[in-house]
Amino acid sequence: MFQAAGELWYGLRVAEHEGAYPDYGETALVARLQASDHSAFSELVRAQGPRMLAVARRLLRSDDDAADAVQEAFISAFRAIGNFEGGARLSTWLHRIVVNAALMRLRSRARRPEMSIDDLLPRFVEDGQYLDEPREWRSPEPLGALERRETREMVRGLIDRLPTDYRTVLLLRDIEGLDTKETAELLGVTPNAAKIRLHRARLALRGLLDPHMRERGAP
Amino acid sequence: MNCEECTGFLHDYLAGELPDKQQRIFEGHLSLCPQCVVYLESYRKTLALGALVAEEPAEPIPEALVHAILAARTV
Repeated sequence: MFQAAGELWYGLRVAEHEGAYPDYGETALVARLQASDHSAFSELVRAQGPRMLAVARRLLRSDDDAADAVQEAFISAFRAIGNFEGGARLSTWLHRIVVNAALMRLRSRARRPEMSIDDLLPRFVEDGQYLDEPREWRSPEPLGALERRETREMVRGLIDRLPTDYRTVLLLRDIEGLDTKETAELLGVTPNAAKIRLHRARLALRGLLDPHMRERGAP
Repeated sequence: MNCEECTGFLHDYLAGELPDKQQRIFEGHLSLCPQCVVYLESYRKTLALGALVAEEPAEPIPEALVHAILAARTV
């Protein structure tokens, strides 16, 4: 369960440092939450729940686990709402809390067999030249709505094939928009290790995308 | 610099975090190596494609989950 005080307060510390200013509607909602107004909790869950569920689904790849992570995140947030000081938007605060809840669930879960990252990285010959010559890619833009959705689903499927440690860092940095320092803290690694892992994850995703993105007619 | 070393600099190059001297060496290699130019471009497109995933529309939260969350608060 997402109850450990250290993890819980991570979200609050982020909130304090972000500096975004909440609008008056949000200020009023926070006041109602802090006054234990039941309808305010219901509003919050319905407004923020969908995005939080999407974040948890991306990280956990399981609807059931994602629902559990969102529930844990809201329970933690409800307990901590009295300390929310409005240094960040509620949505940003909740985003950090659900990311943390999902990561804790991910860590507690048995690992599935997965590919080695080395099998997905570019290969070189002894003098450092590419073993497989890089080919031009078609442009991902502009895409119509349908093509955009299909491409998004294809990319999502390929990200899901990355080994967990690499998939996680790529999701946190490139999809969820966390910075290196936040990502490193959540993963329990140094910022430099997070950067190296992210770079390898991007190289691996590039390798998985390559057959799908080569210019038509290229071998 | 060879191609293998060049790929090791892509993250820092795109983040604008390469020290001046390394940036000059990196760009010097790119000016001589069309393969690394192609590779860099595909790395850049990988980031753009990844960003599409962030646009996934959020589906409504199931009503049963809303009730479970609100019920857990009052326990």
